[in-house]
Amino acid sequence: MTNDTDLPALPDDGWRRLHPLSPVARIGRLIPALLLLLVVSTVHSKVENRTAETDYLVVLALLSMLYGYIHWMVTRWRIEGDTLRIETGLIRKDSRRLPLARIQAVDLVRPLLARMLGVAELRIRLAGSGSTDGKLAFLGMGEATELRMALLARHVDTETALSSNTGLPMARVPTGRLIASVVLSLVTILLVGITATLAVLDALEPRTAAAAAGFLAVYLFSFAGIVWRRLSGQYSFMAVEGPEGVRITRGLLATISETVPYGRIQAVRQVEPLLWRPFRWCRLEVDIAGATARNQRGEGTSVVRKALLPVGTGQDAWHLLARLLGAPDPARTPPPRRARLKAPLSFHFLSAGYDDTHAMCVTGRINRTTTWVPFEKTQSVRRVQGPLQRPLGLATVHVDVAGKRTRAEFRDRPEEEADRLVEELTALSRTARHEPRPAPALSAADDGQGIPSGWYPDPSGRHQHRYWHDGRWTEQVSNGGRRSSEPVTSTR
Amino acid sequence: MSFSDERDWLRPSPGLWRMRRTEVAIVTVVLAAFLGLSFLGAMGPVAGLVTVLVLAGLGATMGWFLRRRFRAWRYQERHDDLLVARGVMVQRLSVVPYGRMQFVEVTAGPIERLFNLSTVKLHTAAAASDARIPGLEKAEAARLRDRLTELGESMAAGM
Repeated sequence: MTNDTDLPALPDDGWRRLHPLSPVARIGRLIPALLLLLVVSTVHSKVENRTAETDYLVVLALLSMLYGYIHWMVTRWRIEGDTLRIETGLIRKDSRRLPLARIQAVDLVRPLLARMLGVAELRIRLAGSGSTDGKLAFLGMGEATELRMALLARHVDTETALSSNTGLPMARVPTGRLIASVVLSLVTILLVGITATLAVLDALEPRTAAAAAGFLAVYLFSFAGIVWRRLSGQYSFMAVEGPEGVRITRGLLATISETVPYGRIQAVRQVEPLLWRPFRWCRLEVDIAGATARNQRGEGTSVVRKALLPVGTGQDAWHLLARLLGAPDPARTPPPRRARLKAPLSFHFLSAGYDDTHAMCVTGRINRTTTWVPFEKTQSVRRVQGPLQRPLGLATVHVDVAGKRTRAEFRDRPEEEADRLVEELTALSRTARHEPRPAPALSAADDGQGIPSGWYPDPSGRHQHRYWHDGRWTEQVSNGGRRSSEPVTSTR
Repeated sequence: MSFSDERDWLRPSPGLWRMRRTEVAIVTVVLAAFLGLSFLGAMGPVAGLVTVLVLAGLGATMGWFLRRRFRAWRYQERHDDLLVARGVMVQRLSVVPYGRMQFVEVTAGPIERLFNLSTVKLHTAAAASDARIPGLEKAEAARLRDRLTELGESMAAGM
């Protein structure tokens, strides 16, 4: 923690409003929907009159403006001692108090329209929470950066964050590779397939083609939407080690910052889709348990699956795995050959193994999926034997962790091995539960050499990005595209 | 600490089998009466008799299945975890550590109440854990609930 003397004073000058342009900036969220409506209506209005449809759009835009204006009127915020208060809502009052000491991250989000208007949205996350706890949409750019700095100065120690062993860049995804990976996905192939079929059909039999196009338009739109979301969501993906977890920033139109806390990782999954295999690319996903959101029955505690690396080389993935799980590579064994009768397709990659701390299994045929489960997160161990397995003397052992279907599977093992596995995995889980170990990223040093220079999320969390050069952090920082400098007073 | 030691396993009350038997019997009799009478009216006495016989056969088969299923349910309280085994076609064995338990649920449906039975279900954060024990006598269910809660509290581990 910093000493109190050099803290920038937080001004408490009464209630303050959001930026007057907020209602306009809020419309930005509607733009994709409006565009879609416009496209649909122009296609339609070839036959009907155009004016009525466009009128709707104008009315819709005006209505949302009005709503935004009312929202702006009733929203106010202030800093009161050591809490940030946000009040909003015309009919249902919503008043929040965010204790400054508990603020964990403050994200600056700038959608396209907001960027043009020079405003930014602040999203505030408290410690121990996975989602946004308070937001101010929108503030003037200068005000937003200032407030962000002031809020974070309370608890983040820039010096230690930058000089400790944590805080190294972990991975970034070049735009070229991202585009190539999206192009090489099943959705794109479907999209191209549908379009090509329609084109051929159009040449042969225009009437049927028109009918089919109308029928398939919905699918085309939704597939195109999926492709677009992947591209814009994972654009300029960067991951950096922070003191409490992996910090991720990504996004094209709106920059998204999120943190994957080390201690809440339930499972890590490496997926290698068929089409990516020639390039040896893979995707890393993590399952994280939410701390707050827990549904009433307590069943299936909310577990979120997040991309830790949307597309990366095997080496990138290995580096991340090493920092998160300590590069667990237990000896894996395949099931006996007779399992081929029960699982003719997936037998090819099927294998599983474990060491003292993790269970690991490989499944899938089209998407080769490797799953790591840390034993300290084990919720239960199960042995399941289906009617096809019994005649072959096979059984499957699952190691379940929190979530709906998150688990490591020792699929189709011989019965006697399965029995032994249940005992051993249970015992290992028991030991791991009593002696939890910190993530390797927190205990072991990484020399950070060989990481390419560039802008990465600021590990101190005070700024959006910081420049990494020649194996060390520089004083160059950037907030929403505005560059400035803040010295790193460390000896690293 | 072996799974195969038969003496350590506890089983649901025989009341569960009585309940299942009664359920099957009632459904079979009602269906047989309804369909038998309809076929009797529509196609004559032979058709009606055949229908009743077929339904009786179906009911008997169902009873046989349920009997096997009832016999397959068993559970065992070990030092650190609860074992629950069930299933005939698909045989499952769950090992749930007490420390991972979020809460214990005891339910008793209207039919279960008639037979003085209840179901104990152990909830963990994993939806797949699947530790359910049906057909326990009221006293046994209460004992198991209290014991599990107590053990769960003393061994609780975070996420």
